[in-house]
Amino acid sequence: MYRSLFPRDLFAEVDRLQRELQQSFDTVSPSIRGFARGYPALNVGSTPKSVEVYAFAPGMDPARIEVHLERGLLTIEGERTAAVRPDDGKTTVHVNERFDGHFRRVVSLPEDVNPDAIKADYRDGVLHVSVQRRESAQPRRIEVQ
Amino acid sequence: MTNQVMPQTSNDESRNEPALLPPVDVIEDTTGISVHADLPGVPRDRLNVRVEGDVLLIDADLVLSVPQDMQASHAEVQRTHYRRSFTLSRELDPDKVSAELSQGVLKVRIPKAEHAQPRRIAVQVA
Repeated sequence: MYRSLFPRDLFAEVDRLQRELQQSFDTVSPSIRGFARGYPALNVGSTPKSVEVYAFAPGMDPARIEVHLERGLLTIEGERTAAVRPDDGKTTVHVNERFDGHFRRVVSLPEDVNPDAIKADYRDGVLHVSVQRRESAQPRRIEVQ
Repeated sequence: MTNQVMPQTSNDESRNEPALLPPVDVIEDTTGISVHADLPGVPRDRLNVRVEGDVLLIDADLVLSVPQDMQASHAEVQRTHYRRSFTLSRELDPDKVSAELSQGVLKVRIPKAEHAQPRRIAVQVA
């Protein structure tokens, strides 16, 4: 009875499945853990001076996100709590797709990063970690005598 | 139940281009329905929540401040647009939809129309 109050559009649902499949196939190659990408999703990039990591973890308290860098491994860890659902028998969960629980992701950074020059900020639900690379590793032009 | 599948005529062009599908939670209680959607990277001014007919549409742009000379080496999020739509049923009041966005989480509240809200009917003793 409750379900009928929020009817689902079958075509839209098929479309959604198709897009979801497409999304999982056109990203990374299959890993040993299957196509499932961990939470939060990560984008990693680099510039000549820094390595940039973006973690898509919305709705967090920034103070509760743990970011560690140890021996070249950057770890992003935290806990996401589910939305409050009063258990009074009058609440129905129709769709539950959002992640909740503990998460942890590890990124191996290049050898030339400087562990003392790392900064992290959290904005609009995206954690951005920027690690500087060592001066010596940055490309230099060598003067020919 | 009005569950007919109607072709969407409005802005079909943009609807067909691939977009990120935000994960949602849909929770119903006696007075309405709450939709929570994960939209990381969306600032308030790039979010568009609207009701067209009986369809709730969520459209949003992902904005990342990326250094200009950055080369992406690994990207799990490869698109910059979020889109998702839901068909509303008649019990819901499309004029009273409210939405708030905080740290990449959108919360939409759709109250039920007054006539659809539960009422307790007192039983008279004859």
